[in-house]
Amino acid sequence: MKFTLSWLKEHLDTDASLEEVVERLNSLGLEVEGVDNPGEKLAAFKVAEILTAERHPQADKLQVLTVDAGEGPMQVVCGAPNARAGMKGVFGAPGAYVPGSGITLKIAAIRGVESRGMMCSVRELELGEGHDGIIELPDDAPVGAAFPDYAGLNDAVIDVSVNPNRPEAMGVYGIARDLAASGLGTLKPIDIPDITGTFPSPVEIRIEDKEGCKAFYGRVIRGVRNGPSPDWLARRLQAVGQRSISALVDMTNYITLTYGRPLHVYDLAKLSGAVVARKAKPGEQVEALNGKTYTLDETMTVIADDVAVHDIGGIMGGEHSGVTEATTDILIECAWFDPHAITRTGQKLALASDARSRFERGADPAFVEPGIQLATKWALDLAGGEPSEVVRAGEPPIERQTFAYRPQRCAALAGIDIPEDRQEEILRSLGFDVARGNPWQVTAPTFRPDIHGEADIVEEVARVHGFDKIPSTPLPRADGVARPTATPEQLIERRARRSAAARGLNEAITWSFISEAEAAHFGGAAWTIANPISDDLKVMRPSLLPGLIAAARRNRARGADSVRLFEVGRRYFKESEPLTVGVILAGEASHRHWRSGRATPFDAFDAKDEALALLAAVGAPVDNLQVSAGAGETYHPGRSGKLTLGKAVLAEFGELHPRILKAFDLDGPATAAQIFLDALPPRRGGNGRMRPAYTPPALQAVKRDFAFLVPETLEADRLLRAVRGADKAAIASVSLFDVFTGQGVAQGEKSLALEVVLQPTDKSFTDDELKAVGDRIVAAAGKLGARLRD
Amino acid sequence: MSTAEALKEQILPEVEAAADLTALEAVRVAALGKHGAVTGLLKTLGAMSPDERQVQGPRIHALREAVTAALAERKAALEAAELDARLARERIDVTLPVRPAPRGSVHPVSQVMDELAEIFADMGFTVSSGPEVETDWYNFTALNFADDHPARAMHDTFYLDETGPDGGKMVLRTHTSPVQIRVMTSQQPPIYSVMPGRVYRSDSDATHTPMFHQVEGLVIDKGITLAHLKWTLETFLKAFFERDDIVLRLRPSYFPFTEPSAEVDVGYTIQNGRRVLGGSDHWMELLGSGMVHPNVIRNCGLDPDEWQGFAFGCGIDRLAMLKYGMDDLRAFFDGDLRWLRHYGFASLDVPTLSGGLGA
Repeated sequence: MKFTLSWLKEHLDTDASLEEVVERLNSLGLEVEGVDNPGEKLAAFKVAEILTAERHPQADKLQVLTVDAGEGPMQVVCGAPNARAGMKGVFGAPGAYVPGSGITLKIAAIRGVESRGMMCSVRELELGEGHDGIIELPDDAPVGAAFPDYAGLNDAVIDVSVNPNRPEAMGVYGIARDLAASGLGTLKPIDIPDITGTFPSPVEIRIEDKEGCKAFYGRVIRGVRNGPSPDWLARRLQAVGQRSISALVDMTNYITLTYGRPLHVYDLAKLSGAVVARKAKPGEQVEALNGKTYTLDETMTVIADDVAVHDIGGIMGGEHSGVTEATTDILIECAWFDPHAITRTGQKLALASDARSRFERGADPAFVEPGIQLATKWALDLAGGEPSEVVRAGEPPIERQTFAYRPQRCAALAGIDIPEDRQEEILRSLGFDVARGNPWQVTAPTFRPDIHGEADIVEEVARVHGFDKIPSTPLPRADGVARPTATPEQLIERRARRSAAARGLNEAITWSFISEAEAAHFGGAAWTIANPISDDLKVMRPSLLPGLIAAARRNRARGADSVRLFEVGRRYFKESEPLTVGVILAGEASHRHWRSGRATPFDAFDAKDEALALLAAVGAPVDNLQVSAGAGETYHPGRSGKLTLGKAVLAEFGELHPRILKAFDLDGPATAAQIFLDALPPRRGGNGRMRPAYTPPALQAVKRDFAFLVPETLEADRLLRAVRGADKAAIASVSLFDVFTGQGVAQGEKSLALEVVLQPTDKSFTDDELKAVGDRIVAAAGKLGARLRD
Repeated sequence: MSTAEALKEQILPEVEAAADLTALEAVRVAALGKHGAVTGLLKTLGAMSPDERQVQGPRIHALREAVTAALAERKAALEAAELDARLARERIDVTLPVRPAPRGSVHPVSQVMDELAEIFADMGFTVSSGPEVETDWYNFTALNFADDHPARAMHDTFYLDETGPDGGKMVLRTHTSPVQIRVMTSQQPPIYSVMPGRVYRSDSDATHTPMFHQVEGLVIDKGITLAHLKWTLETFLKAFFERDDIVLRLRPSYFPFTEPSAEVDVGYTIQNGRRVLGGSDHWMELLGSGMVHPNVIRNCGLDPDEWQGFAFGCGIDRLAMLKYGMDDLRAFFDGDLRWLRHYGFASLDVPTLSGGLGA
């Protein structure tokens, strides 16, 4: 909400400077978003008189002027048709910046004639739209005076952001009241006229929608002469960004901005029959004053006559019945609309207006009568005419609410101890009534529908007293050092993240929403956004991979040879949002290098490596996991797998399916993994921090190698498990160090070479014992069709 | 001159002159070998009379010792020279570059969340979380947003087509405040908790992204006032920005779920064209806060006459930008490796109180 300093001072008697006003507004919770002094940028422009005006020798449409701006005659070339000798206007000398055209004036030759400055139009000075000619000032304008001073433009425009609970601060008067309460001056009373009508209203006014419109006061004025507004009014509206339209329209806007009281004026000649506040009929249309046509539904309150809708009640008037310069008889509407209904209608129509922003906050119901009286006075003053009697349909809800208030709650909630007398004084100056007792009874004014109880009253008192006076009081602190607060899930998340980073992966954060087409590749989304900002961000992701693949593609397109990205985030399903780690490895696993030779691409084992490492980092029993081939449609069916524990899938990994790469336009191969942190088995408790007792074995371990020929289709993991299980007491570990097919190995077979570590406990193995273990290993492997290679 | 002395005069120069280990071995064999000159001389000792042996014995043994010592010394010298020569041949170009290891990183948002957890743990706050696809009730109604209140419209809410488990309207949470409700309805006061996470608003320009991160703070206890809020925020921001000259300014404001409500500005100065927090030359809005509204406490099944407290909410991405100097929010969610490496953190940059909260 914008207003000027002089406008404020019409209602607030104060000597405060602009800076003081701005600071106090902020401290009252009326946040100042900007202060603009339109006069500042025009400081270089002066009142000047045109001494002579001659036709330009080279151009019919130009004149050569002699101009006096207080420093003697100057020659200026001017194209304005209205420039003439003896006229006064606004002159910019060379060096002046013309805000409306964005140029800095300099001495120039125009069609061969030197020009030393410019006579300006309103548009060039950003004072209006007119560009038909240069500004004409009255004859008594003092030559040489600074134009902003002469024109009263040095009036700072203050822009405050008004919270959605404060209807009364949507008017200059309400803002003045707040400032006065805080001690920055005295609020001037409003002079409400009481104008008696001289004839009965010729129009019937009725309310049919008693929910949407509680009160509708109307009054006809006949014989008006609607013309342009007086300069001061037009300028004031322009200063706050409003267009001056005509005196009768401007006066409604002015009352809206001054008192937060929206009004509407109809051209009586364009109405027929009774004027009724009713619900719209479904599909009914109205062209509003903004030139757009709105289609209404049966939940919306409108003002209509026998023929058509003329006003979207409390939001915007209709174009058809608006007043023009030709209007002679008017109907003034001063109504009170239900705030909730206004919000609903405004949202449905996506229509913002000055009226809506006041009615939806709750315009003062007690100001309906003063509103129509003020409007009458202003209309008569500006456009003359003869007023009818006021028609009053319905009644605005003016009951005031009273709340119990304990003044000590101010210290108890806001932390500031304010003397009771001061509290009462503040409340009274804000329009509250106070009956002191135990507790106090505090009655809110009709213009403060945001007050619902004690906490609200505390805020009023504390805010006017000043939040800057709130002390800083330490929270109670528990004994001893700070306790750990992270939950097991949080610890898992942290470990996963930092382990991945330690392994050389870069953490990305990608959008939680992706396109429907992307989601379809990953089983489809459970949640669809009804109002997405774009189709690319339309559904909640069922997998972390789409976002990571897209990020990988962007990085590859920027020239990255190797992309290792991970994200720790949620997937979104109907019943849950499981925490997941996604990993994408795209491009080169190793870059070409003098030590390692050519670049090598990522393969499925790189992804498996990450999956296992991260599972180990978060405490999963990686030695007990089952590995199974195939990880679903996202992956290469022959080069992907799952890591499971019992029925729980803890991770998936593998080469991405070429179909996915194509859909995401990522050059392959690329491998990926997802680790499902929510599927981890809960960590077993146990003896707190105490580890099981342990002494490293005193005896040396023995290593034996076994090379087996096995069917080529045998999964290596099965052989490893079988060998490991051959003698659980003696075998400490089994590792696979070679996989070979080719010369010396029959077609359909492969050679798997294992190193088995045997750990003696009490005494060293005898040769017989070693042989027996070896036999058990060979026998166990033999059950899988493996035989020792010669 | 005795024979022994003559031999010594002859052999020692030969030892010195041996150019390599082979030549030295030949000298050794010639002197001390089975048929060597010194060996031969030693053999003569057996045939000597005791008197003669008394005289010649020490001479001949001295000769043997001198030759042996000279050989050992020369051998050591030759071996050292040979090792030097071999090592000289084995020289590598140590300036050759090593294989580059991939350099991983932690996203600044995660880093800042860890910093927040650390700071608030010291003040006794737990970390809580809640769903991002949220019911209208938790996101708005329970937080005292009336059905048609204009404040709902201010939130630029993303609505979902699908209904929730109970058939109700669902939204993407517009703030972390619904987690307040989940915490208050699931545990008994006193409550001291922070709630970081993703939030969503249908807004997109240079300074707004449709997804961003917030942290909510909530205290519910007895006798808590705005003065505790002020201290908490001051303490938090001083620790977070690692500066003692952080100055806060509380301004009255409006949030449906707090009363009284305060917007909190933090003072900053401009240094080399960048905003640096601290001092009070300029003010910027940093977070929203207030005393939890009695209706909200009531909505959670608690008695507002018994329990009261404060809540605040702050943008995490914003905190990261102010502390670490990023200027484009959109880059946070692009996954550009160059950006992640520049603004990211090493895995071992774990914020701790003893090691410091910044990195």
